[in-house]
Amino acid sequence: MPKQLLCKENLAWLGSAIVIFVVCSLLMNAGIINSYYQITLYNICINIILAVSLNLVIGICGQFSLGHAGFMCIGAYCAGIVTKMMPNFGGFMIGLLIGFVISAIVALIVSIPTLRLKGDYLAIATLGFAEIIRIVVQNMEITNGAAGLSGIPRLTTWPLLLAGVVISLIVVCNFTRSAPGRACLSIREDEIASEAMGINTTRYKVIAFVIGAILASMAGALFACNFYVINPTQFTFNRSIDILVMVVFGGMGSMTSSVIAAAAIGVLNMILQNFSDIRMIIYGLALVIIMIFKPSGLLGTREFSFKKLLNRRKEK
Amino acid sequence: MSQFLQQMINGLSLGSIYALIALGYTMVYGIIKLINFAHGDIYMLGAYVAFITTTYFGFSFFPAMIASMVVCGILGVIIERIAYKPLRHATRIAALITAIGVSYVLEYTTQYVMGSEVKTYPTLLSSATFTLGPVTVSMQQIYIFAITIFLMIALQLIIKKTKMGRAMRAVSVDEDAAKLMGINVDTTISFTFLLGSSLAGVAGILVGIYYNSIDPLMGMVPGLKAFIAAVFGGIGSVPGAMIGGLFIGIAETMVVAYGSSLYRDAIVYLILILILIIKPDGLLGKNQREKV
Repeated sequence: MPKQLLCKENLAWLGSAIVIFVVCSLLMNAGIINSYYQITLYNICINIILAVSLNLVIGICGQFSLGHAGFMCIGAYCAGIVTKMMPNFGGFMIGLLIGFVISAIVALIVSIPTLRLKGDYLAIATLGFAEIIRIVVQNMEITNGAAGLSGIPRLTTWPLLLAGVVISLIVVCNFTRSAPGRACLSIREDEIASEAMGINTTRYKVIAFVIGAILASMAGALFACNFYVINPTQFTFNRSIDILVMVVFGGMGSMTSSVIAAAAIGVLNMILQNFSDIRMIIYGLALVIIMIFKPSGLLGTREFSFKKLLNRRKEK
Repeated sequence: MSQFLQQMINGLSLGSIYALIALGYTMVYGIIKLINFAHGDIYMLGAYVAFITTTYFGFSFFPAMIASMVVCGILGVIIERIAYKPLRHATRIAALITAIGVSYVLEYTTQYVMGSEVKTYPTLLSSATFTLGPVTVSMQQIYIFAITIFLMIALQLIIKKTKMGRAMRAVSVDEDAAKLMGINVDTTISFTFLLGSSLAGVAGILVGIYYNSIDPLMGMVPGLKAFIAAVFGGIGSVPGAMIGGLFIGIAETMVVAYGSSLYRDAIVYLILILILIIKPDGLLGKNQREKV
């Protein structure tokens, strides 16, 4: 197949993004998606970005990170601080970029020593780093300590949010199909074998980790500018686990399933809003049951693809 | 200097509690290579069992301690049988995710049943204090030391001298070879969980007495710190867990005393990252090479 930017499948993806955008905008204008449902929709979009970015680290590269909330925290605070000074779209973009730079630098600093570790040690080390980020944020002047920032201008809009989701999906899916992405997949399958094949494993792990961190900081920025208030307790270990739950439910290594899982959990959270204890018990049980009976997640590594769909139709 | 010594005493008593929890981590990790995330919650349940038995049934200190040891031990075995046994040969990530799931279930079930508010612990031990030269030692601290040291010695004897202890060591070296030698691997692993969880139960009641308050989410942070203590001492090594626990306890107390109490958790994570970078096997751990 020739490499064309405007081939059928890309157009199909573009078309579906536009359809989702138009339909949701119309529903919001018509008041069918009221402000209550709108919060859920926005939450789902932010969670999709987080789940997809964590899936890149866990599912594609096979590195078990428990510190995703830390990068989200960096993005949220950068956007929050800058937009409080410059409450307009330009301020949001500057905040977003500063968040990208800081989280990329932090991810580099974190990953170079820790990615030498394997499996569960890596999980604990990333967890530790995320907690350190949170404690530092909690003790800084500029972040207003434990009280957090409030009165952040509400700059997250539906087009912006959907653009964030689309961009993160494009970045992650294209990365997976690129040469570094293939290298990451081989690291996931067998680190020693891929090292023997001449792959610089540390380098590709760091690349995946940094991209994941940048996307998480984007989600954090959208989060901060949607909820007015941020404080360090929103970015604890529990937040990292929430993201992990989405990735595991869907299936590690499949972006389609991350999107579906994030949406399903968003709806579930809305329904169980008044029963938060029971919700957490259900999550815990679900994690155990999925791991015992279907460790690959609900969809495994399968992806939805317009290409296959179109080809199948052609064959008929 | 007298303040330093006093902080040392406080750090040692906090450290003994960490050490008791760390033992459970280190034994379980040593035998099935699983970070039992739910271990911190077993310790939380130990505190609750003692709270219930003393408040509602009027138990005194030692019967309450035995009760929480028994309940936690049995619970540890049940968790192992239901959640971890089916995953014994799955990937490590799968096992870790399961452990996180179990931890969630324990925390939020407790919160659902007992309420999320902080409970005040009854006074079980006299709060008398003794002045030894420049430092003051409370009766509670003496109990904590004495019980910890007694349990450590007992544990070492069980591991080194009994048949079950020998089986535990054999399984942790090579599970398949142990099976061929006629060791019942399942029973041995369950026994390890029984020992580790009952020690966590003791740590639970001790921390309840020491801090006077308990809540359903209290297990998470001390659980992680105890795990870090186990890594510091060399995971899989019983004396290592003891040294690691005491070290973490002292480091934390010193940061609170001479630095800022806001950084008390950060220092522990920093120690973890440093030890993982410098000597990932821990102080007393054996250097294991990975075979292809």
